[in-house]
Amino acid sequence: MSILVNKDTRVICQGITGKAGAFHTKGCLEYGTQMVGGVTPGRRGEKVEGLPVFDTVEQAVAETGANASMIFVPAAFTADAILEALDAGIELIAAITEGVPVMDMVYVYDKIKRSQATLIGPNCPGVITPGECKIGIMPGYIHQPGCVGVMSRSGTLTYEAVWQTTNLGLGQSTCVGLGGDPIVGTSFIDLLRRFEADPLTKAILMIGEIGGTAEEEAAAWVAQHVTKPVAAFIAGRTAPPGKRMGHAGAIISGGKGTAEEKIAALEAAGIEVAQSPAEMGQAVQRAMQRKGVK
Amino acid sequence: MKIHEYQAKQIFRNAGVPVLRGQVARTPDEAAQAFRDLGGPLAVVKAQIHAGGRGKGTVKEHPSQRGVQLVRAADEAAQVARNLLGNCLVTIQTGPEGQTVRQVFVEEGCDIARELYLGIVLDRAAARPVLMVSNEGGVEIEKVAAETPELIYREHFDTHAGLQSYQVRKLCTRLGIQGAEARSAERFMKSLCRLFVAYDCSLAEINPLVITRAGEMIALDAKLTFDDNALFRHPELKELRDLSEEEPAEVRAANAGLSYVKLDGNIGCLVNGAGLAMSTMDLIKLHGGEPANFLDVGGGANTEQVTEAFRILLGDPNVKAVLVNIFGGIARCTTIANALVEASRQVGFNVPLVVRLEGTEVDEGRRILAESDVAIISAESLTDAAQKVVATLK
Repeated sequence: MSILVNKDTRVICQGITGKAGAFHTKGCLEYGTQMVGGVTPGRRGEKVEGLPVFDTVEQAVAETGANASMIFVPAAFTADAILEALDAGIELIAAITEGVPVMDMVYVYDKIKRSQATLIGPNCPGVITPGECKIGIMPGYIHQPGCVGVMSRSGTLTYEAVWQTTNLGLGQSTCVGLGGDPIVGTSFIDLLRRFEADPLTKAILMIGEIGGTAEEEAAAWVAQHVTKPVAAFIAGRTAPPGKRMGHAGAIISGGKGTAEEKIAALEAAGIEVAQSPAEMGQAVQRAMQRKGVK
Repeated sequence: MKIHEYQAKQIFRNAGVPVLRGQVARTPDEAAQAFRDLGGPLAVVKAQIHAGGRGKGTVKEHPSQRGVQLVRAADEAAQVARNLLGNCLVTIQTGPEGQTVRQVFVEEGCDIARELYLGIVLDRAAARPVLMVSNEGGVEIEKVAAETPELIYREHFDTHAGLQSYQVRKLCTRLGIQGAEARSAERFMKSLCRLFVAYDCSLAEINPLVITRAGEMIALDAKLTFDDNALFRHPELKELRDLSEEEPAEVRAANAGLSYVKLDGNIGCLVNGAGLAMSTMDLIKLHGGEPANFLDVGGGANTEQVTEAFRILLGDPNVKAVLVNIFGGIARCTTIANALVEASRQVGFNVPLVVRLEGTEVDEGRRILAESDVAIISAESLTDAAQKVVATLK
């Protein structure tokens, strides 16, 4: 078991004929993901990495039985691509694209929440169940099948955390990059619920950053509903207010969204907080020891 | 992207949100002429900078001069403009260094019956915009939010259907607004919410929002911030951008597709990924150093971009050491290593350089660096890197 994706997940790439789409389709294939096709309007009949290209997601689903999509279309067209995947009945949509207008996501988010589908991202590295299925841009080799469920608002910082848990021999059940934007399809709480229910996941690592209140909400949920050990790290302790730190979502505004507030909320919920990004893996170990989980 | 008050008011006017008449002036003479053109017994001269808190802000060169002042004659308007233009206005939002005033807005006066606060922001938790109003107008709304949040009334609205009439009625009832004033408030609030969506705003703030003795709701101030990611569909907004209000190095970085924020420390950072870049800053601080910047070269960085990143870093005279922290995913360690060698050739490193490489093509990247003649202090881990870069300054 794992969450969201596994060896049976059948994946298409929307935007497969683009440079990034083609490159990462190849990467996912090499990792062992069941990539089954791609979509680029007007390019039906072509092949990319040996995979068939379709004009619409509807066609792709009908002919390949795909149930997941990885989106690499340009930001201006990402909302449309997500809605197309949703309309075609895709269950897991991972939007990797960076720079999607927030107002587009207000509309998309509303549609997604009224459906059975799960949207990861946008502006995210994707999702991976080590050894089974990689959908996204993360380097596969740093991962190792194991017991830590990793969820994060940041890309490369997730790699850092994954590398640490791999080196400690813990490995990962599933790793999900939520995305760095103000509105993303999946929240920490959505994933906490799944990780808590997943038998393979023994501990959860949450990597947050300044801006918004997602970490505080997650902390409150952990205190009430999560029995598994949880560790966390918050990036941006030294970030000045009012400055957007790369991610559109990483901004302290009106005195809210500071790292201190978030860390206090996490600690109050009994979560083991890593003080340094170099010890995220150790924080997971400490959380496991505290709860007597091996 | 931020714009000036006078620009925001033009957008308000076009969208049917009531504002007062006014003119922009870039010289004292223009300010005097604006006063005469407005034809009233009084006017308000307002410094145009992108930071808030202007009314309480003071001019460095003329400590008695505030950023916003009531004037009753053309020559008085000219004098206030003279005090402001080309000088430095310091407000709670500018920091002690202040911001140079390059233009003023001369606006007619009005008969104020009451002052309110109005703001629209995106509520991330609710994933939709929220309209906030309060009777505590004219003061620091952050203070109200912190101390008496119950005095700020909120209504979330649907971005397609817009703010509904019943929502305005709820707000007006709480604010104690009725009759003609409530009808004016409805037009005002609905128009502003429509504008917020139509222009892809991330913030709209009016403080103070006033109701005149004639019962009309008017935006006495206007602050708009736009979603940078949506500017592609608003070409008319791009022309409103005032680069002189922005940090030159940040503009330069943005043009190269880099994300850079200048800070006050002396350790330059070059990192791939926003989260890792923030964490690298945190780690430097944790080990007793001060980061000079946030710099994310992004996932698909090429040699030119990374070379430009080094130029920007080393162009900051405060930078006394540089830490490069790369966890190669999409960005390959070889790209970074080649760029480092290239940057060294083009720019020349005159400060200590600590490099930590991990991830995609790391062995090849390390080999490139080892075989080059660039003087590098290599680090094995995050902590090692932070400790080493801080140590170079001791």
